[in-house]
Amino acid sequence: MSSYHLDHLQYLETESIHVLREVAAEFERPAILFSGGKDSICILRLAEKAFRPSDIPMIFLNVETGHEFPELIDFRDRRAEELNAKLVVRTVDEALEKGIATATPGQISRNALQIPVLLGAIDEFQFDCCIGGARRDEEKARAKERFFSFRDAFGQWDPKNQRPEIWSLYNARLNPGENMRVFPLSNWTETDVWEYIKKENLEVPNIYFSHERECFRRGDQWLPVPPVHEESGKADPYEGARPSEEEESRTMICRVRTIADMISTGMIESPAESIDDIITEVAAARVTERGSRADDKASEAAMEDRKKAGYF
Amino acid sequence: MSKTQHPVELLRFNTCGSVDDGKSTLIGRLLFDSKSIMEDQMEALERSADITGGGQVNLANLTDGLRAEREQGITIDVAYRFVATPKRKFIVADTPGHVEYTRNMVTGASTANLSIVLVDARNGVIEQTRRHSYISASLGIPHIIFAVNKMDLVDWSEERFREIRDGIESFLPKLDLFKDVKFVPISALEGDNVVTFSDKTPWYEGPTLLGHLESVHIASDWNLNGFRFPVQWVNRPNNPTDKTLHDFRGFSGQIAGGIVKVDQEILVLPSGQKSKVKEIWTHDGSLEEAFCPQSVTVVLEDNLDVSRGDTLVGFDPLPGHSSDLAARVCWMNPRPLTSGNKYYLKHGTQTVQAMISSLESKIDIRTFEPEPNPVELVMNDIGEVRLRTSKPLVFDGYTTNRLTGSFVLVEQGTNATVAAGMLHSPAQQYKPEYTDFSI
Ligand SMILES: Nc1nc2c(ncn2[C@@H]2O[C@H](COP(=O)(O)OP(=O)(O)OP(=O)(O)O)[C@@H](O)[C@H]2O)c(=O)[nH]1
Ligand SMILES: [Mg+2]
Repeated sequence: MSSYHLDHLQYLETESIHVLREVAAEFERPAILFSGGKDSICILRLAEKAFRPSDIPMIFLNVETGHEFPELIDFRDRRAEELNAKLVVRTVDEALEKGIATATPGQISRNALQIPVLLGAIDEFQFDCCIGGARRDEEKARAKERFFSFRDAFGQWDPKNQRPEIWSLYNARLNPGENMRVFPLSNWTETDVWEYIKKENLEVPNIYFSHERECFRRGDQWLPVPPVHEESGKADPYEGARPSEEEESRTMICRVRTIADMISTGMIESPAESIDDIITEVAAARVTERGSRADDKASEAAMEDRKKAGYF
Repeated sequence: MSKTQHPVELLRFNTCGSVDDGKSTLIGRLLFDSKSIMEDQMEALERSADITGGGQVNLANLTDGLRAEREQGITIDVAYRFVATPKRKFIVADTPGHVEYTRNMVTGASTANLSIVLVDARNGVIEQTRRHSYISASLGIPHIIFAVNKMDLVDWSEERFREIRDGIESFLPKLDLFKDVKFVPISALEGDNVVTFSDKTPWYEGPTLLGHLESVHIASDWNLNGFRFPVQWVNRPNNPTDKTLHDFRGFSGQIAGGIVKVDQEILVLPSGQKSKVKEIWTHDGSLEEAFCPQSVTVVLEDNLDVSRGDTLVGFDPLPGHSSDLAARVCWMNPRPLTSGNKYYLKHGTQTVQAMISSLESKIDIRTFEPEPNPVELVMNDIGEVRLRTSKPLVFDGYTTNRLTGSFVLVEQGTNATVAAGMLHSPAQQYKPEYTDFSI
């Protein structure tokens, strides 16, 4: 290296590695929230860079709504195994059974039900820190959040009273029962994530690339038609999330830009077949990535309200 | 990246200044005119305008993202936004002007390399403008722009602009040195001189605000003198799949200053043991040399006792090493700072106990003069203090190195972060006991 200069991706990378190592050093039982999505894929590569040749000193945790894209689950499990990591999965179904969570009558989306499941897992495993892949460019409440985001004993975020976060001197101190959420990708943009995936040659689930899929129109979104319900006698888990007679459905050449579950992920029409195609598409996009997600559209402050209640 | 392309430079900047001077509006304008606003964000903005703004779109709402902020029309906490132009990438921190949220202004400014201080052309420089200028200077932000805003409300008066500029220039010598200072007359609301030149200021030669942000010389605002490596995490594989790594023992961290090379002699502080760099390990392969702020794993020739909180340093120059420290602090807690108080002090990768041994002075923001021997520092005060730590720190003066010269204080019990501290240069350097080392 002749000139002592980092380009913007190298700068973001070293910042994130520093954050991950602070977590490993300052917390007793940290977990990485790993969904198999593009942001958490980057987190895993950064964790390799932070901790190799040692094992990544953190458990992987994923909260399932029960409406996941099967491609994503396969990818998640395989990746965790490749990295020799312990993966813990907790589901909304279990939580409903145990009574940790209660469904809102008439509500099909299980997005909000992830909150008690996450808090239950934190309690069960005594995690003092959860690392998430959220970025400040995604949403206006996230734009306000710290790298080390303090949560009280109820898992709540208090946006009006966040700890000052000066330089890169992260205050990781907690009292018993309190919890930290840490976001190493805080300063990354969607473009940075894809450029990093390209640079590092990272594998991503194939639903990020253009493919053919049966979709239907609901509100201003094209939602994927859920898998066929085969187990007769059992309730259809996608009850209410299938196209009705009036809703237009058609086969589309599409991909996902951001992944929630099948009920809240809008498919976007796209011919993007490669990472380069995606980078070009994102650069030209006129809507934000979360513009395709139903969970954020619930209200103007949907994200802020969910975070106050303990969301990722 | 093709060969002809330069690596994209990243500039981190923040806006500050007094309440309602137009900081958030300016960022909104910058995002809007640089086409960084997406259609769904614009729709949301228009929807909120219909509800709260009587149909008038409020650009400040692009960054004022919290419920409470929109209700009150003020900024409470920093918002981070991202702008990319063909020339540069920007990480923007929009900070609050209200004095009670000074801690959040410090948060947003602490990682900035350039600070835009807004001044309302009607009101001129007021106390909060002075406080934010002083904090920006104390934080060692090298570049500063004074944006004289709301020029539309003073009839684009050149005289008013000059008056404000002269006033600021007269107090600048009392602040720590900025590398460069710029004055720009703007209207954030209407966009004059923000991204495009205004025909209302023929007397102003330029540049536009964005033009300056894109061209200000920022190469190497990092410190490349004096190797400093605070050990973050000891890298010791428990059951390596690769047998050759069975005895691997490396020290992981982010280089906080200078350059390190293989075979270089280093000191481990505070123990004072000497060793040589055997390998600079990274997941992407070993390096011959590494520099600030890279994150690497250093393997030493000798098997020394090194753990988190220790610092590997180069010999030229050596850092300070003391448990008796002098520092400037920004106090951010409703409970005042008085001498005798005890806190946790986080510096680099180590946390120690610290006691305030004396309050030397408090800065009077109206005059920038120090008032000697104050009884206390209250919230939002800036002052000079002396502290004693339970273990000596390995440090540099903040003006030499922002990473090894900074600390935060944490209140015991509540764990609240209560102060940002900037260390004065050490009275003397660490004296190695060895006489046989070669520089
Ligand atoms: N006429 C005029 N009004 C402006 C201009 N810039 C901002 N304003 C108005 O000034 C008011 C305050 O603007 P904000 O951008 O919210 O101010 P701020 O500095 O971010 O305020 P805090 O973050 O709460 O300290 C709003 O009503 C703006 O529309 C300008 O250039 N001209
Ligand atoms: Mg504001």
